[in-house]
Amino acid sequence: MSGGTHAGRYDVIIVGGGIMGAATAFHLRTLYGKSVVLLERGMVGAGASGVNFGNVRRQGRFLPQMPLSHRAREIWGRLPELLGEDCEFLATGGLRVAYSQADMAVLEKHVNEARDWDLHLDLLGQNAIRSRWPWLGPDVVGALMSPDDGHANPRLVAPAFGRAAKRAGVVVHEQCEVADIAREATGFRVTAKTGLEVRGEVLLNSAGYWGGRIAADFGEPVPIVPRGPQMAVTEPLPYFMEPVLGGVSSNIYLRQVKRGNVVFGGGLRGPVETDPPRGRPVPELSIAQWGRVVRFVPALAGVQVIRSWTGVEGYMDDDIPVMGESGTTPGLFHAFGFCGHGFQLGPGVGAVMAELIATGRTVTPIDPFHIRRFESLKPA
Amino acid sequence: MADPRIVIVGAGPAGTRAAEAFVRHGLRPVVIDEAQRSGGQIYRRQPPGFSRPAKAVYGFEAGRAEGVHGAFDALAGSIDHRPETLVWNIQAGAVHTAPAGGGAVGRVEYDALILATGACDRVIPFPGWTTAGVYTLGAAQIALKYQACAIGGRVVFMGTGPLLYLVAYQYAKAGAKVAAVLDTTTFATKLGALRRLLAVPQAFLKGLYYLGWLRRHGVAIHEGVTPVRAEGEQAVTAMVFRTARGQERRIECDAVGFGYGLQSETQLADLVGCSFVYEPHSRQWLPEADADGRSSVAGVYLAGDGRRVRGADFAEMAGELAALAVLHDVGRPAAGDRLAELRRGLDRGLRWGGALQAVFPVPHRFLGDLPAETVLCRCEGVTVGDARRAVDDLDAREINRAKALSRIGMGRCQGRYCGLSAATILAETAGADPSTAMRLRGQAPVKPIPLTQQEVPS
Repeated sequence: MSGGTHAGRYDVIIVGGGIMGAATAFHLRTLYGKSVVLLERGMVGAGASGVNFGNVRRQGRFLPQMPLSHRAREIWGRLPELLGEDCEFLATGGLRVAYSQADMAVLEKHVNEARDWDLHLDLLGQNAIRSRWPWLGPDVVGALMSPDDGHANPRLVAPAFGRAAKRAGVVVHEQCEVADIAREATGFRVTAKTGLEVRGEVLLNSAGYWGGRIAADFGEPVPIVPRGPQMAVTEPLPYFMEPVLGGVSSNIYLRQVKRGNVVFGGGLRGPVETDPPRGRPVPELSIAQWGRVVRFVPALAGVQVIRSWTGVEGYMDDDIPVMGESGTTPGLFHAFGFCGHGFQLGPGVGAVMAELIATGRTVTPIDPFHIRRFESLKPA
Repeated sequence: MADPRIVIVGAGPAGTRAAEAFVRHGLRPVVIDEAQRSGGQIYRRQPPGFSRPAKAVYGFEAGRAEGVHGAFDALAGSIDHRPETLVWNIQAGAVHTAPAGGGAVGRVEYDALILATGACDRVIPFPGWTTAGVYTLGAAQIALKYQACAIGGRVVFMGTGPLLYLVAYQYAKAGAKVAAVLDTTTFATKLGALRRLLAVPQAFLKGLYYLGWLRRHGVAIHEGVTPVRAEGEQAVTAMVFRTARGQERRIECDAVGFGYGLQSETQLADLVGCSFVYEPHSRQWLPEADADGRSSVAGVYLAGDGRRVRGADFAEMAGELAALAVLHDVGRPAAGDRLAELRRGLDRGLRWGGALQAVFPVPHRFLGDLPAETVLCRCEGVTVGDARRAVDDLDAREINRAKALSRIGMGRCQGRYCGLSAATILAETAGADPSTAMRLRGQAPVKPIPLTQQEVPS
């Protein structure tokens, strides 16, 4: 592969300009000098990457994902140096809250197991919690603190990677929905609905939920469904909630941004339309969620909710993403289906996929995410 | 066949006349309204215990106001009126409600829904517009109409639109000192539109009356002005403007009322999925509807200023007409005479709307000259310079993109007051037509509602 580009021919074509695609484009260009074209059906980072909660969380993950998550965390700390802006990333610490002894048992198990994956967590009892965060609800019995985790503004991160990639020479086409992907003698030809045609040796499928369709087109179907997270935000309040909060069995999460708004999500995921992508939070789910928020932080009772939103996320049936090279097609790579937990991983996924595409291997183990785990679904 | 379930959102002139038509045809609509009493903004009623006569509150409009109030009051018992209730969200077939003061949320199912959501003030920012003591014209009028309060003792009124001279007149009549009326429209523009205005002679004569009265009472009137800034640290102390000849003038005051006509409240139509069309004069995207008020969504009808600003008289007709459209669509058609009469009336309304736009042009041109530090989105503290940078540095030419990256329109008011101005600034910075900046997507809740622990409505 060469660094040059001419007449719509590139080293790498990336389909899908979410955080995975944008971060991969950035790394491919800046670390390996590849010529890259990024095709995005809407605007870079305006899909699932832009509407999620913004959690930069490592605790509570599927543990074999930890090396990737650590690699991502290291990049999060360097965003100003890499992108020229911090994207409102704050390493405030993340707190996972237990309401019962059963919850506590889950946390205790996680502390012990995570240690083997180089993640060090502090288990806190009721007294410690009362003194540090007296505004937590009275039925909280304990919590797990991950001190170097935090949160960032999801609306800013993928666009910032996209702009930095563009500044470095990546060609970015927004409002450019892909109509057809064809395998050629050497590489791929991608035609967009706008009429744009590009060719490349390598194709990265980072198309989120729609990534499942691309994979199926190349003979490797995966079990993926679209779902919408139910997100909302309050009016600005005096800053009081430093750590990001999440529940163990209570599926609710909250964070307060520096200007004072409390962002929250969780609960059942709603239905969404995918063609074209469109979703609105389900009113009944919002109401149920708001009740749980008040239980979590009683001081928020009576605070005004000013806005709610959702978007299209892709969920795999085993709740872990698809990452790595195709099982059927040389030159095709996948990074999609992040099941609502891809935001923190995003910068790391970009680094790993760029490394894999450019060098043929990666120092970060990603085997559990290979698409071959769905081989039994392949058409006969 | 069971009676169709009818929901009307808004108890102003349009909502009132719609409800009346349903009752006349034997149906019992649910009427949901944010205010304690019916009347809408234009005919807002005094709080309990206030007893000024209608003539003192509504002036020339007293007869019409009393007509609308009387019509609504006569429906008591025949409709399901839910005052002090916000429709915060909407789905196909159901609206979601929240009590104005907090409390249990609810859900009301409908077979037919009439959105009569009205309008709010059109704002174009100027330096100092967020200083305490600066109000919109509509707010200045409501303070007077509702609770007999003035926004100040020495007030400058500025802007364009039918409210400008009316509010100034009402304030002067009520005993406030009107320091000046600053009309952003030039005399020549008004003269040029005279013929169209004469299509609605009564309104024209009323305008002339207010103007003459103000002149006779020594109120300074300047036409063709450009706002420069409101001065004052804690509260406004003076309004500075440029005259039509380009001289800078300063008028001391303790309050400013300003506004550039009205804009439709379209958030619910957006949330329920209505298609929208760009209206180049106001630069607002408006929900599409047929002549009788049928929107692009089956079962959803639009009436009054929430569909298109034409004023209270035409809102009454549009409300009744939308109800007749519903009755037709549910197989209970009304007599044809009334339908034809209302359609003819609304045709006049279209001409009137066009005349209003010609006589009171929205001064979009002010936006291009605003200093960068002028606050554009007051909820989020986003400046005009931030908006221009969103285009220049972040390549955000579309308003939802600019919202995501710069917070424009992201706050409590959800862009009601900055959205249209922001779209023009984005488009001008990008050197593109204003329509290319598109419109802010609606997001529930339509207005803020409090977090509470409560049962999910079934």
